Amino acid sequence: MARITLDRLRHSYLPNPSGPQDYAIKEIDLDWEDGGAYALLGPSGCGKSTLLNIVSGLVTPSEGRILFDGVDVSPLPPDRRNIAQVFQFPVIYDTMTVYDNLAFPLRNRGVAETRVEARVREIAVMLELDGMLKRRAAGLTPDAKQKISMGRGLVRDDVNVIMFDEPLTVIDPHLKWKLRSKLKELHHKVRATMIYVTHDQTEALTFADKVVVMDDGVVVQIGTPVELFERPAHTFVGHFIGSPGMNIIPCSIDNGRAVIDGVPVETENGAHGATGRTEVGVRPEFVTLADHGIPARIVRVADTGRHRIVEAQVAGARVHVVVGDGAAVPEGAAHLAFAPAMTRIYSDGWLVEGAR
Amino acid sequence: MATKTHNERAWLFVIPVVLLVAFNAVIPLMTVVNYSVQESFSQGVWFWSGVEWFEDTLRSERFQAALGRQLLFTGIILAIEIPLGIAIALTMPRKGPWVPVCLVLMALPLLIPWNVVGAMWNIFALPDIGLLGYTVNAMGIEYDYTQQPVAAWITVVMMDVWHWTSLVVLLSYAGLASIPDAYYQAARIDGAGRWAVFRHIELPKMNRVLTIAILLRFMDSFMIYTEPFVLTGGGPGNSTTFLSIDLVKKALGEFDLGPAAAMSLIYFLITLAVSWLFYTIMTRQEEG
Repeated sequence: MARITLDRLRHSYLPNPSGPQDYAIKEIDLDWEDGGAYALLGPSGCGKSTLLNIVSGLVTPSEGRILFDGVDVSPLPPDRRNIAQVFQFPVIYDTMTVYDNLAFPLRNRGVAETRVEARVREIAVMLELDGMLKRRAAGLTPDAKQKISMGRGLVRDDVNVIMFDEPLTVIDPHLKWKLRSKLKELHHKVRATMIYVTHDQTEALTFADKVVVMDDGVVVQIGTPVELFERPAHTFVGHFIGSPGMNIIPCSIDNGRAVIDGVPVETENGAHGATGRTEVGVRPEFVTLADHGIPARIVRVADTGRHRIVEAQVAGARVHVVVGDGAAVPEGAAHLAFAPAMTRIYSDGWLVEGAR
Repeated sequence: MATKTHNERAWLFVIPVVLLVAFNAVIPLMTVVNYSVQESFSQGVWFWSGVEWFEDTLRSERFQAALGRQLLFTGIILAIEIPLGIAIALTMPRKGPWVPVCLVLMALPLLIPWNVVGAMWNIFALPDIGLLGYTVNAMGIEYDYTQQPVAAWITVVMMDVWHWTSLVVLLSYAGLASIPDAYYQAARIDGAGRWAVFRHIELPKMNRVLTIAILLRFMDSFMIYTEPFVLTGGGPGNSTTFLSIDLVKKALGEFDLGPAAAMSLIYFLITLAVSWLFYTIMTRQEEG
């Protein structure tokens, strides 16, 4: 187990990057605490898999260092970093039994056979693979194969970090949930540092204690699932997390206050220091239909079963409102109210860190 | 459950293929079977001879010797071409501008007709004017494939290896190219060495294409005719007279239709049986 530090990391797949657009990772400074469960969340192509491969040593970064417990491991190959990685598609050794698959990483490192047996049996019980140890791994279902991949990481009790690269991609939906909670349970048992890469917010938010949100090669926000939901540091986070995502409405600033369509809006933060493009961000859960307030035009209503989502047009932007089942929804013109404690001003996409 | 429609007229649709197979396989084969159980003294006069030709063929030393040479030859070229083909495929680049160059170079020998290959090696290995033969003799090694049986064998084997290893290379390469990167990455993380990667990842993933490679090379080499015929004509003596060369000698040279037909059938059955055996063993391994 180790604390992992990324120190001014940059990476480009091109030999001679000429500008920021050529970098897959655009300078990342990050600390992963020992024993933590982290998720790396972002859309496809945001650089999260690159970052993961840099930590595991499969990719050498163009600039910057990776430290395990303060020791620079940047020049080391994957097998010397003592890490484990579970890939998107289950990797198993077809010709071996489940037992031999799990024993493989230990045997390669010359561990005594009695110790191998003890570890393999312990991990097999944990992963509920103990009934099939004698079977050939080739004929198993994808979820059992993926469990074996995980098991090969877990058998080594000295791994610095276990990394998961979208491990549930090929798993049937009804088993995804099971495997995800299994993973969470395993983390509690073994207390290894785990990094879970995904573009699925549900997977990230249920697995991780802390989520690192990435976009376009940059870490946009690091926080607990609640923080990401309640106080997004960037409109990207607000929009990417939540279903539907946060409403983002262009606004003007008047005397430190946000103004939409001539109506002043109460916000949690002040607008002092806001420059460039200014917007108001508020989640659909914190918007209500009101008798007066911000003028809006109702466009359509969608019923999701648990609640209804009203789509309205405000100052040229689309705004979603979550409405309970009983409430009446007017047609055409209406007014909206935003909960002041959950409404924030963003400038050029970033949260304005200023008091009112 | 949907009920199946029964209509005997469906059989009509099968007629074209039945006719095709009848004319190109069943009828020619039955002619051979017909010859193999009869004896002819002159044109149009036939006598029933039962399994006599089969017994004669199986007992004849000439046939046994040819079969022995054939098995030895096929065994040797499989033992060389399969490992060599895999080894070359492993060293070929997987990415980059050299891939097409390597593939084309590898495919070249496969594009040369059999008799041309035979003629090429015939001249190439001649002790007095051939580049190979002359060089070897100049180094003080006595080498003359037209006179020495061992030299003739070495030349025939080298020729076949030169001509057909590429096929094994290309098939193995296709097998290797289908292995996702994640397997190699996982193996590195698991601390596997080069041999372990080959043994547990590359070899199992090549299993299927290797089955095909071994089957093709077995069948082709077991039926080899043109190349040794052009190179050595089956000699010196009978030392490189393989089954098909012997068969042609018997059928066309000596016009012994009955024994030749019996020999053809035995030959065919051996090829079929060994191919089937290879196939079952290799595919069972995969499933088991």
